[in-house]
Amino acid sequence: MIWRAARKCQARLLAPNILLLLSLGAPLSSCSLAILDPLGPVGRGNAQILIDATIIMLAIVIPTIALAFWTAWRYRASNKKADYLPYWSYSGRIEAVVWSIPILTIMFLSGLIWIGSHELDPFRPLPSKAPTLEVQVVSLDWKWLFIYPEEKVASVNQLVIPAGRPVHFSITSASVFNVFFVPRLGSMIYAMPGMTSQLYLQADRPTQIWGTSAQFSGDGFSDMQFNVHSLTEDEFAKWIDHAKLAGPVLDQSSYSDLLHQSQRMTPTVYGKADPHLFHLIANQTVASGAGPQPEAPDHAGRETSTGGKH
Amino acid sequence: MFGKLDLSAIPLSQPIPLITSAIVVVIGLAVAVLITTKKLWPYLWHEWITSVDHKRIGIMYCLLGILMLIRGFADAIMMRTQQAVAINAEGYLPPEHYNQIFTAHGTIMILFGAMPLVLGFMNFLVPLQLGVRDVAFPTFNSVGFWLTASGALLVNVSLLVGEFARTGWLPYPPLSETTYSPGVGVDYYLWAVQISGIGTLITGINIVTTILKMRCPGMSYLRMPVFCWTALASCLLIVAAFPILTATLAMLTLDRYVGWHYFTSMSGGNPMMFVNLIWAWGHPEVYILILPAFGIFSEIFSTFSGKPLFGYRSMVAATLFICVVSMLVWLHHFFTMGAGAAVNTFFGISSSIIAVGTGVKIYNWIFTMYGGRVRLEVPMLWSLGFIFTFILGGLTGVLLAIPPADFVTHNSMFLVAHFHNVIIGGVVFGIFAGVEFWFPKAFGFRLHAGWGKAAFWLALFGFWVTFTPLYILGLDGMTRRLQHINFEHWTPWLYVSVVGIAILIAGVVAQVLQLIVSIRNRDALRDVTGDPWDGRSLEWATASPPPFFNFAVTPNVEGEEAYWGIKLRAIETQQLSPEPHYEAIEMPINSPVGFYTAFFATVFGFAMIWYIWWLAALSLLAAFIGFVVFAWRDVHEFEVPEEEVERAERKRRAAREEFLNRLAHEGGTA
Repeated sequence: MIWRAARKCQARLLAPNILLLLSLGAPLSSCSLAILDPLGPVGRGNAQILIDATIIMLAIVIPTIALAFWTAWRYRASNKKADYLPYWSYSGRIEAVVWSIPILTIMFLSGLIWIGSHELDPFRPLPSKAPTLEVQVVSLDWKWLFIYPEEKVASVNQLVIPAGRPVHFSITSASVFNVFFVPRLGSMIYAMPGMTSQLYLQADRPTQIWGTSAQFSGDGFSDMQFNVHSLTEDEFAKWIDHAKLAGPVLDQSSYSDLLHQSQRMTPTVYGKADPHLFHLIANQTVASGAGPQPEAPDHAGRETSTGGKH
Repeated sequence: MFGKLDLSAIPLSQPIPLITSAIVVVIGLAVAVLITTKKLWPYLWHEWITSVDHKRIGIMYCLLGILMLIRGFADAIMMRTQQAVAINAEGYLPPEHYNQIFTAHGTIMILFGAMPLVLGFMNFLVPLQLGVRDVAFPTFNSVGFWLTASGALLVNVSLLVGEFARTGWLPYPPLSETTYSPGVGVDYYLWAVQISGIGTLITGINIVTTILKMRCPGMSYLRMPVFCWTALASCLLIVAAFPILTATLAMLTLDRYVGWHYFTSMSGGNPMMFVNLIWAWGHPEVYILILPAFGIFSEIFSTFSGKPLFGYRSMVAATLFICVVSMLVWLHHFFTMGAGAAVNTFFGISSSIIAVGTGVKIYNWIFTMYGGRVRLEVPMLWSLGFIFTFILGGLTGVLLAIPPADFVTHNSMFLVAHFHNVIIGGVVFGIFAGVEFWFPKAFGFRLHAGWGKAAFWLALFGFWVTFTPLYILGLDGMTRRLQHINFEHWTPWLYVSVVGIAILIAGVVAQVLQLIVSIRNRDALRDVTGDPWDGRSLEWATASPPPFFNFAVTPNVEGEEAYWGIKLRAIETQQLSPEPHYEAIEMPINSPVGFYTAFFATVFGFAMIWYIWWLAALSLLAAFIGFVVFAWRDVHEFEVPEEEVERAERKRRAAREEFLNRLAHEGGTA
């Protein structure tokens, strides 16, 4: 189960882990934080920019804070040694410097933003010699459906990907907004009904991690996590073969069962999946999640929670 | 007859809201009984409820804001403790209750806590600092306040009758549409925010008009105190942004009530349109809150350094720069919706550019202290705590404004920590600094410094102990709004955060004790001169508390820092300015129309929430009749006789004279 498969602490410290130093963090300093310990090129890009930008800003921020406290202390009323300049309120030179420091910092950061936004655009394919795997993602109340259109298999709450190969995710929602997020792989993106968003991610090595929804989606939101297994190429092929033999069929009728609100659904594999299903969901040709059922609340004006209880 | 409403709307099976409501009702009844036995109703009615005095309205705004801050803080305590006990467990708050709590926490803290406090400060201070007797539309001002109070009341009624929204403080569709939220929660949200939003717009219009049209002679734009500039910028943003909120909520209301499709995900609707529109209001809203706080800090840095504000014109320019750019950054709240690299770049850069304006302000405050005589009184402690906290909050804000960094921190606890860092470190610290600073002006005695210092240090440490763990959890991939937690290794950080909340509770207790101790020692803390801090702007030129007409004689301003100039002249010549010729003053008469309108607005909102159509129609009609009767009014003003003006002013002059004599003996500066 996913909450037991929580990532084990790894005794690896990112070299310039300024954010950690900042956070006065002793207890966790022996293991690193998920998004600062990325497992793939996208996450590495995100973490690098986060750290670079922090260092650039700290170079300005630390002296500024020091200056503020030094000034307040030096010119405290009880310090008679300090000069009192009761009319001094303008200096063109200081003004010029005062405007220049933030402007230069922001110009520098703007370069970072410009380059970073383009290089790490979630829609941008990852350069790789290995072929890209297609995975279609549907967020449901309150679980995730992953369809492998080329392999014609599917799974719920369990994402299996080959290590070292880019994965192209097409993401939509069959009910409300969610955000598809695997912290250790990097960038997240919204799952929205009637729309398809795209995201390229890659895991460098075989491992077990977790993903989640990063957008509140109702009563069952807290259990929107899913397992992520990255496997070697051989293991992945084996997993596909197993899935094809083992699981039930995902078509429109078994899909409609998934539309009911439910929580903590055990990871399930479908051996045969309709490759057109995703487009039908994204175009809303098939019905969307119906929300809380029964529709009529048993208290006036108050919704009853169905999450996890049915 | 009663629409959807029946007795099952009261959550009898949920002890927490039930007991809380019972306590609130009991306290309310006790206060009502106390007022009745002391025969205070006429006083309350004539002096407060129907008052159109901007100072009284400002104080009522602040009281409302403080009450709601306490309510929102109670929600915060429940959220932090729930997360600490619900690790691989359900905790004590089921999702349908927990989700209401974080929604109410956000809505109340921003719209009914911080907003009334900020509007209260502007109401109280702007006319005093501009040397005028009231705002441009005094009765309209009362309407604005009471409509805000009406919204706050509706939110709190939802605790006992029905439920509040469970969608987050910005109810994103499709979750907030009837399919996924069939209960009355979202309707409570919509009507409460809609009614109070109209109140806020009214106050915004009022203050913009006051600043543009009603300054005293000689008070040119570039002689206005910086607080007035920030109030102007903030109210311009209100006037520009609140209509967007009104329209957006109206569209969602139509979706929910008559089945239209503005924001549904089918039949041509688009939920992303809601997200864009709500943030086109929501982002300026943050600056509506923070700009006046910047104004408060500017006044405090200058006063307690004994120097004019460094780079006044830069400050004004930076304020207006932030005012304009804040309308151009809303998309940074959803970089992760996949807008594309070019759009994300634009909004990333425009968001970071705001840091230029803020950075300039911080340097200017530092150089205001440079060469000063810095008195480390309580308002100054809050201001220094602000500089430290806000700079770090700004740093994490710029990180979130960088799209690739936002891609891993969006909607995480890192984000939660960031916006609390700037809103607590900026707005709340500003409000507390301002309360300490202007309390003597409003009530005639200072607040106890010892308890004030205790409250400050507890708040500062409590803040960092609460929110540093949330930054760390965010970097570990923890998202916001989790009712329970499935990862055990987050436990230590969640516990540390609870310790922080405990420190913050101690801070709140210290703040309350400060008020009690100060009231008990009010004679020792009395401010007789009207100028307890050696102030520089015109509010200190009148008595504490000021007479209802503010100034016996309209001041004539001859430079920047109007009151400082007057004081310097008095010290040079060793006497006060010659006694002026007193004249009778025209002041607006009180009016119950604000209270009346808000009463029926509340009934209207409640009727709409519960589908009681006849009551909604009747209350709307009643509110309209109130307007008509008010419009028919012939007498708008009454005359304050010159003897009364003279009496009030002579008393203040005598106190000032004595102070000046003492100064001459001791040979001080001012």
